[in-house]
Amino acid sequence: MSDFTLTCPLPLQRYPDVVMAHGGGGRLMRDLIEGVFVRAFGPGEHSALHDAAELARGIGERLAFTTDAYVVRPLFFPGGSIGELAVNGTVNDLAMAGAEPLWLSAAFVLEEGLPMATLLRVVETMRDAAHATGVRIVTGDTKVVERGRCDGMYITTSGIGRVVYPHRIGPDAVRPGDAVLLSGDLARHGIAVMAAREGFEFSGQIESDCAPLAEPVLRMAEAGVDVRCMRDLTRGGLASALVEIAETARCTIAIDDEAIPVAPNVLSACELMGFDPLHVANEGRFVAFVPEEQADAALAILRQSAVSANAVRIGSVRETGTGEVILRTIGGERPVDTLSGELLPRIC
Amino acid sequence: MKYVEEYRRPEDVRRVAERLASITTRSWKIMEVCGGQTHAIIRFGLDQMLPPSVSLIHGPGCPVCVTPVELVDRAIAIAARPEVIFCSFGDMLRVPGSGRDLMSARAAGADVRVVFSPADAVDIARRNPDREVVFFAVGFETTAPANAAAVELARAAGLTNFSILVSHVLVPPALRAIMSSPDSAVHGFLAAGHVCTVTGYTEYENIAAEYGVPIVVTGFEPLDILQGVYMCVKQLEAGTCNVLNEYARSVKREGNRAAMALVDRVFEVVDRKWRGIGLIPASGLGLRPEYSSFDAQLRFDVGDIHVAESSICISGLVLQGVKRPTECPAFGTECTPEHPLGATMVSSEGACAAYYRYRPRPSNERTL
Repeated sequence: MSDFTLTCPLPLQRYPDVVMAHGGGGRLMRDLIEGVFVRAFGPGEHSALHDAAELARGIGERLAFTTDAYVVRPLFFPGGSIGELAVNGTVNDLAMAGAEPLWLSAAFVLEEGLPMATLLRVVETMRDAAHATGVRIVTGDTKVVERGRCDGMYITTSGIGRVVYPHRIGPDAVRPGDAVLLSGDLARHGIAVMAAREGFEFSGQIESDCAPLAEPVLRMAEAGVDVRCMRDLTRGGLASALVEIAETARCTIAIDDEAIPVAPNVLSACELMGFDPLHVANEGRFVAFVPEEQADAALAILRQSAVSANAVRIGSVRETGTGEVILRTIGGERPVDTLSGELLPRIC
Repeated sequence: MKYVEEYRRPEDVRRVAERLASITTRSWKIMEVCGGQTHAIIRFGLDQMLPPSVSLIHGPGCPVCVTPVELVDRAIAIAARPEVIFCSFGDMLRVPGSGRDLMSARAAGADVRVVFSPADAVDIARRNPDREVVFFAVGFETTAPANAAAVELARAAGLTNFSILVSHVLVPPALRAIMSSPDSAVHGFLAAGHVCTVTGYTEYENIAAEYGVPIVVTGFEPLDILQGVYMCVKQLEAGTCNVLNEYARSVKREGNRAAMALVDRVFEVVDRKWRGIGLIPASGLGLRPEYSSFDAQLRFDVGDIHVAESSICISGLVLQGVKRPTECPAFGTECTPEHPLGATMVSSEGACAAYYRYRPRPSNERTL
């Protein structure tokens, strides 16, 4: 971590103010996290950045702790709402750390003038989402800001879970030869939200994949799968998640273009806007790295849960490598990069 | 869905690649004109499927890339005015002007909005009668009809608070400029299927005859591009120079006459500066005098803007197909998609950005 001073100020020189891309899930966001927050707060007990922190032992259980803020426009979209995102997103971050989600907090920033009926609907979706995962929302806070100071409502949730895997799960546990599993098709959430926001209609409505991922994760733990690393695919998509893992693990991850499922109408929407489905956001998909000899068994377990019924194997970790992701395409191989900044629809 | 998967089947694409290899006896350089094609070639690794003696040169067909720095600066200056809502397609937001980009202008307080269609900008003008709404009308012939329609829509609605900042460019003059250049090494062209969907390709027949160069109107999927190269090489090997239409599912020889009539009503041909290349006579579109009240350049006086382009950046040579992105000393070091020196590194369709994202790099060191 001694080289952190090298990474910090450069992106800030080009952008003296925060720009949207600093929250886009791509490289600029990583620059911000590493150059500002990690520098200020330190990297934590384990050096590798992960979805949730494992808290100090000595209090009986191994606990995982995470927090996330949710902003989305519109508040309701096909397949979900900000309420489901706020519960499932934090549940998923705990699950990715190998933990059974137990308790959540929820803090609301509400805009003056927000219809009470809208707030009630959101809270109901949160209640239902929490119920579905068996997690309890046990504390919270509310602030109201003047009209125009916020986009309807923002929600921040924090979560505590009990770590159920006996071994450490994270990018630094990834080993050469590991199989890479993907829990389902890509890019639904990003396209569904964009379509709802912009009023696009695609053949057959595209619904967000927003869903809790704890069930398949706990099933794999029960079955004794030695999961090395898991990561839910949020902003920045599969590409950003894999690149981060590859760079942290200093390994090369090779995936097959043809093995990666994308629904036909989602693919056509991506083509229309010039998006690579590998870069588009998901809210109910994750990748799992498992030992090669357990890959088939792990896939079978994943497919028992509805949320990961269409899980597939998309690639493996190469024997040697220096931290990159390789995509096998029709013509050959090419590296996969993280999204640079925010996804911007193209001209033509 | 239709028109994607059937054009990406590996076995079909490989079959065309084998046919191409079997007819190739000499060394050929073919330029794909459109940035969308460049992107697909690099993304799918199609250039790795060509016989070693056939190479692709990446042409100037990315409208984001060729928009002059002055115009980006002008856009930022207009966007910064408090009365203005500045609307743009998304990929113009990160194009660096001489100082900052539109995204930074937005962070600094400018009201910059991404729209998916110029008609959306007209709608914003209708809903904000007390604001000035400006649309950044960038693009080749492909986007010109929609932009012309937006102007007519605004006029029909009697909107006086809508204008467009025009930077339209035309493909045929660029092809002529490339063929006339003493540096040119191009033997054949893959013309841009979407541009030709609008314009048709009769003008390309004149170019093919004048310069003795075969042209294949080509689509954007892997199978399209390989087939386009095959049709081009087949002509080169036979010594013919016709315009062939690979993208017949979209392109007709006469184009879309209704769209062209609309463009002709609103726009006229003007001289246009291309970023990295310079002034090309009669290579762009500007608003006709009777539509000058919709011209943002006339409406907003932001002073004279003259800027020098980066002295290291070779995007001009890249855009003309003379050099490859990797031949630039700044490629991947001083110049990356996060900190682009030239526009070919910004747009996902720019040749440099495509190489940066999709090509193995000698080392994996991050360039922060």
